[in-house]
Amino acid sequence: MPDAARLYTTDHVVEYAYKRSLGPVLSRFFTALRDGQILGSRTAEGRVLVPPMEHDPATGDSLGPDDMVEVGPGGQVATWAWVSQPREKHPLDRPFAFALVELDGATTGFLHAVDAGEETRMRTGMRVKARWRTEREGEIHDIECFEPEDAA
Amino acid sequence: MSEPVKTIVTPVHLLYDWTATSAQAEFLDAIQEGRLLGERCPECHNVYCPPSGSCARCGVETAERLDVADKGTVVTFCIVRVPSQNIDVKLPYCAANIMLDGSNMPFIGLLQEVEAEAVHVGMRVEAVWAPKSEWGPTFENIRYFRPSGEPSIPVESLGDWV
Repeated sequence: MPDAARLYTTDHVVEYAYKRSLGPVLSRFFTALRDGQILGSRTAEGRVLVPPMEHDPATGDSLGPDDMVEVGPGGQVATWAWVSQPREKHPLDRPFAFALVELDGATTGFLHAVDAGEETRMRTGMRVKARWRTEREGEIHDIECFEPEDAA
Repeated sequence: MSEPVKTIVTPVHLLYDWTATSAQAEFLDAIQEGRLLGERCPECHNVYCPPSGSCARCGVETAERLDVADKGTVVTFCIVRVPSQNIDVKLPYCAANIMLDGSNMPFIGLLQEVEAEAVHVGMRVEAVWAPKSEWGPTFENIRYFRPSGEPSIPVESLGDWV
């Protein structure tokens, strides 16, 4: 081996800002978020998928913007993971939980952050509700996070 | 009623703590002095720049170091007409794979001082270095490559690369 040269270290950032065209279903979903509503897709079998989809994953049938129904803004935590040390790009700058939230009227889990303050407040099955941003632009962060329904 | 939302931006952001391998560190030491360091494979005798410490083709250690030239030949290129975040170069511009003289593996470089449409395989180019006072252990010591004015190399003589 050649002699090791000096030790070089640096920050290396890999960053891409993908601009994504939404199509009719997700366009309606994000437009509704801007208006303070959460929408899901109702399938022929009566399941409600949140976020909405263009196809029913069970049957392959098409789902369109007319198959969408409002869900939430409350729901219950189906599963969660506590983030004790949030990173720079995380949705909250204090410890929080990533959770799958089964919104009222939905049959799937919706991934978002839960601002519970302490890990000991988190429970599977706990009731949470969406906390909306005041200024909304039609993106997922229009929901700032979910918070326990019994929050003061 | 405002317009429906038709697009979203989904940023991907990955922050790495990067530490140079010993071969990369030797390259950075050399480029700090204005040299481009390569390595020669003891089996296939190919020269690679920058060095990685091993030959990807033969799977053997590459201990031998040598300098390669800061000029070379365009072997492939891409004309970029789409703007990108963090790339502050006037469109259209050309990114080229450049076979530096004395090496057998192309080195990617930005071409400037040339119309993108005039770039061609076999074109001879040379590095334009930043002022010496600004040199550090970084690829940024080379601002870009530009045509050297030498006659182009016939495509047939570029072998497997074109």
